[in-house]
Amino acid sequence: MSKQVAVAGVGMHPWGKGGRPFVEYGVHAARAALADSGIAWRDVDFVVGGETVRNGYAGYVAGSTFASALGWNGARIATSYAACATGAQALDTARARILAGLSEVALVVGADTTPKGFLAPNAGERWTDPDWLRFRLLGMTNPAYFALYARRRMDLYGATSEDFAQVKVKNARHGLENPYARYRKEVAVADVLGSAIVSDPLHLLDICATSDGAAAVVLTSLEYAQRAGIADPVRVEAISTVTPTFPNTVIDMPLLATDHAAGGPPERTFKEALALAAYEEAGIAPDDVDVAEVYDLSTALELDWIEDLGLCKRGEAEVLLRAGDTTLGGRIPVNPSGGLACFGEAVPAQALAQVCELTWQLRGQATGRQVEGARVGITANQGLFGHGSSVLLAR
Amino acid sequence: MSTTSTPAVAGWFTTGDEPRLVASRCTACGTLVFPPPPPEAASFCRNPDCDGEQHEPAELSRLGRVWSYTDAQYQPPAPYVPTTDPFEPFALAAVELPEGLVVLGQVAAGYGVADLAVGAEVELVVETLYEDESGARTTWRWKPVVELGEEADQ
Ligand SMILES: [Zn+2]
Repeated sequence: MSKQVAVAGVGMHPWGKGGRPFVEYGVHAARAALADSGIAWRDVDFVVGGETVRNGYAGYVAGSTFASALGWNGARIATSYAACATGAQALDTARARILAGLSEVALVVGADTTPKGFLAPNAGERWTDPDWLRFRLLGMTNPAYFALYARRRMDLYGATSEDFAQVKVKNARHGLENPYARYRKEVAVADVLGSAIVSDPLHLLDICATSDGAAAVVLTSLEYAQRAGIADPVRVEAISTVTPTFPNTVIDMPLLATDHAAGGPPERTFKEALALAAYEEAGIAPDDVDVAEVYDLSTALELDWIEDLGLCKRGEAEVLLRAGDTTLGGRIPVNPSGGLACFGEAVPAQALAQVCELTWQLRGQATGRQVEGARVGITANQGLFGHGSSVLLAR
Repeated sequence: MSTTSTPAVAGWFTTGDEPRLVASRCTACGTLVFPPPPPEAASFCRNPDCDGEQHEPAELSRLGRVWSYTDAQYQPPAPYVPTTDPFEPFALAAVELPEGLVVLGQVAAGYGVADLAVGAEVELVVETLYEDESGARTTWRWKPVVELGEEADQ
């Protein structure tokens, strides 16, 4: 039995800080994805919403909210929440029903309206909640965690602040022509190094903003796509949403400590395991990958992901960066969309936005940022509490 | 330290001249967890191969090595409690203990990122985090262990 499903259509709402209700963004993206697929809303039999936790009850039942806003059509609904991996988990839910033969056409939507500044915990005193305790007892913000990983790259592998700045310069250039990107402006190394240090060694321009945005994907069975006349669709080859394996020895946001590794570190880290599960599920090797969209919450994290995805050996991502291998036109372009550097993070939409971008790349429709001849693409992201994902697409 | 100082959180560290973090240890397999669950809470062992549910306090080593470090140059949002106005940056370190855990903590007052390096030795100290109506509330912090003679050079 085929384990593939077709990406029949993708759509996005431009990222920004418009402050409009998340539902508006989501419906805009959903209609764009449906139009792209040529499939009527009436024919969608399953809707999965990516939950937003910052927009009240409507956000908690996002699948229902989007289905209702599109006009009740009797479809089944589900809502997923998996922090930064929310969109991928929603996609996996849709894929599972399709592969089980229980659904034929699924619409997956993620949208968010986010507050300004640091993402802070919800109000109230919660002495048993690690996400509350890390602020109360340590003042440990998200950028502080990113900075810990960045500092390790410097001390262990000789990364420099200039390397991190070059990631931003590259991604800013990649995003210039992307109509969905929030920031479309060239950035120079001096701009990054001249911006304020937030958490040493990371500067303000090393760290992604939070944004409003929406992305949607229409998935169908391969048979349905064929019947609908969608020739040679992009296929979902794998969706990995594996959890860490004990002991998780890399300190994860928002925790205060790692697991206890009495017998030394495990064979692979959580992020390495996320990618490996995708490769194994698809029967695709890192050498086969033409393009990657990774979660550059910070510039330095992009370098970590390149290694976690097996695109080079541990400690060698700076070599790729400096050689221009990860730039458009290079051996393995990373974040041709411009990445989070150009988008800012819209949590429930972000993993779906990665899939949208790779779909356009594999179809040859990424005007102004096209990776020539791309046939295989991979995404990666990681969120709080053991959530993460990696999606492999091919055409 | 004033006599009214109390830990900001109960049961996570000991006080006195040689303070230590207190983890919980599974009585079946010895797996350590920090922070420890509240005494009244159920504690299911984190080790996927262990069905232990009993745990006991276990003091951790006072000395560890820096896994990584950073600082906060902007005031973190609430529930962080600011203690100075204007805000003064503070350093943070993730420290690998000989038992096999990495534990985050603020860095002792007066030390910044320039005093830290991956792999450098640090020791646990207890310092005031903030003050409330009950007096000083203390927390654990990591203090660089400066080799004799080095301090004079700095
Ligand atoms: Zn146990």
